[in-house]
Amino acid sequence: MKLHYEVDGDNFLVAGEASGAVKRTLKQIGIDAAIIRKIAISMYEAEMNMVIHADGGEIDVEITSEKVKIVLKDRGPGIPNIDLAMKEGYSTASHEIRELGFGAGMGLPNMKKYSDDLKITSEVGVGTTVQLVVFLH
Amino acid sequence: MTVEYIVNTLKVEVIAGKEGLSNEVSGGYTGDLLSFVMSHAKEKNIWLTIQGHINSVAVASLLGLSAIVLTEGVEADQEMLDKANEEGIPILKTLFNSFDFAVKLAQIEG
Repeated sequence: MKLHYEVDGDNFLVAGEASGAVKRTLKQIGIDAAIIRKIAISMYEAEMNMVIHADGGEIDVEITSEKVKIVLKDRGPGIPNIDLAMKEGYSTASHEIRELGFGAGMGLPNMKKYSDDLKITSEVGVGTTVQLVVFLH
Repeated sequence: MTVEYIVNTLKVEVIAGKEGLSNEVSGGYTGDLLSFVMSHAKEKNIWLTIQGHINSVAVASLLGLSAIVLTEGVEADQEMLDKANEEGIPILKTLFNSFDFAVKLAQIEG
């Protein structure tokens, strides 16, 4: 099964809707609740990053009998230093974003913690692609 | 116990999501940093926070939380109330801070 979502940039009112839709789909097809939790957490963090940092983007989700693969692609500013961005507590989010409870510097660490495989490719000025894989068994 | 039992016992105001009052509560979590809540709150937890905006409902919905308690009398955005009604996630409101409300929750018998 393949799903595609367009994520609005800077629209906090609909932020997280793609993750919510994927969660509902996985529930309908009977995926284990603990696995759904892993996917929901890692995908929500990645989706929010697109909204907060990159003015939105596109998400492609592929569900097979073995795994769920989520590819999030944006044309945002890119990440100059991925190792630094992976550090817990490191954030470039604005004061306004932090007041909403984001920008704790836990987004990328949560993606790594809750996915089984995380790949980030990024080019400054071009964009970032995040690939998350969660195995179903 | 259910959200409704908590509401009736502690006399808390429900400002949205009344459809979810029968949700079971199996524990709780307190926090205002959404990534920590995402990572640590568990399904069927009641969540005490001061984040009165729509993204809190998205977090609660993704995690299957039973209710959100807005503490310290913080106001909820209209978008939050609308989304909570749509998702059936009860929003409770209290003047107590999160610590004091958690103490009151812990004292409930049943």
